[in-house]
Amino acid sequence: MESKYLEMINEVLEVEDRTITMEDVFRDFEEWDSLAHLSLIAEVDDTYNVVIEDNVFKQLKTLQELFDEIQKRINA
Amino acid sequence: MSNISFKNIGISGMSAAVPKNTIDNYNYTEFFPKEDVKEIVDKIGIKERRFAPDGMCASDLCFAAAEQLINDLNIEKEEIDLLVFVSQTPDYRMPATSITLQHRLGLGKNVAAFDISLGCSAFVYGLSIVYGLMQTGGFRKALLLDGETRSRIYSPKDRKTAFLFGDGGVAAIIEQNEKFGECYFSLNSDGSLADLIKIDAGGYRTPSSIDTLTEKVVDDYGNIRTDEHGYMNGADVFNFVLKEIPKNFKSVLALSNNTNETIDFNIFHQANAYMNSYLAKKLKLDKTRVPSCIEQFGNTSSVSIPLTIVSQLQNQLQGSKKMMLCGFGVGMSWATAQIKFEDCFISDLVEI
Repeated sequence: MESKYLEMINEVLEVEDRTITMEDVFRDFEEWDSLAHLSLIAEVDDTYNVVIEDNVFKQLKTLQELFDEIQKRINA
Repeated sequence: MSNISFKNIGISGMSAAVPKNTIDNYNYTEFFPKEDVKEIVDKIGIKERRFAPDGMCASDLCFAAAEQLINDLNIEKEEIDLLVFVSQTPDYRMPATSITLQHRLGLGKNVAAFDISLGCSAFVYGLSIVYGLMQTGGFRKALLLDGETRSRIYSPKDRKTAFLFGDGGVAAIIEQNEKFGECYFSLNSDGSLADLIKIDAGGYRTPSSIDTLTEKVVDDYGNIRTDEHGYMNGADVFNFVLKEIPKNFKSVLALSNNTNETIDFNIFHQANAYMNSYLAKKLKLDKTRVPSCIEQFGNTSSVSIPLTIVSQLQNQLQGSKKMMLCGFGVGMSWATAQIKFEDCFISDLVEI
């Protein structure tokens, strides 16, 4: 589950030079910008059929928090 | 969801006018670093836009498009007895621009004329209203005009919106004829999302003042605009589109007893290239049936659907063509239609 998720994040944000972990704060990535944000929204919708409102998304900091939010909604 | 259908009403001809003044998006502004601009422009897929020069209004673009179409189709002006102007950039707060256009176009006093104020959903909404009035049998020919000068609404110093919008105007002649058969519309609204795309001031809730005209830094990224500029929360707009648009599109496809295979062309509001390719992918549409003009003209709000038809399909509409039209945006407001074209005439693009 988690490895598939990290693979998706890696692909969306086009991280090439390092290994990302669940503890990473994704907004600190140098690849992060508003367009990466849209790509991530689209990919989360495509992969998990989950749409997270922007005011909720803004509170999420680490990849773990995003993962947990997605899981919460899948199970809801 | 309001689903409606009409019988034997259709568009017999369309035209569009754009300003000659062409903006090269890569060199639009020196306010942001060149590399940033390149990255934004590449991603949104908008290479050029047309900006109306000072003094040119949406109505002027619609007027030019209408004159071209009326000439090309050899229409007797006295046969036009319904005129609807769709826009959120009208000439004046009053009177309605449609009425000034009735006079400018030399139409008779028997013409019913009014404006509709909606954004990116407006062409589809406008069509449904005109179709409904035509269905009464009380009108001979209707002229639907749709024009926008959205380039003036957004701040060139706000990177969220600076590179997206362009200007244009279109005209469509709508008539009653048995060849058109049934058509289907779905019209929708969600006012709880009103602040996703908005101009805060300059209306009657927050009237224009020195304060509303003063530039301010509005976010952590250093974007600058006044309260009378438009703003957009792109992430939530995208969330909205993902949630509502594929669902709405599929419902109209089903309502009209069509499938992806039976539709000739799917025309979406041209918001940005990224959103459009995502929708096509999500709906599993054949890309050759999803024409686009975003690269040349940018986001022209409600004009984008008819401008795509006029600029991209001029030589591909011979015979009977089944079309899906889908507009969505400010409001939030969204509308989808399945209509049929029968040898729909398309004028050459007018540049003024």
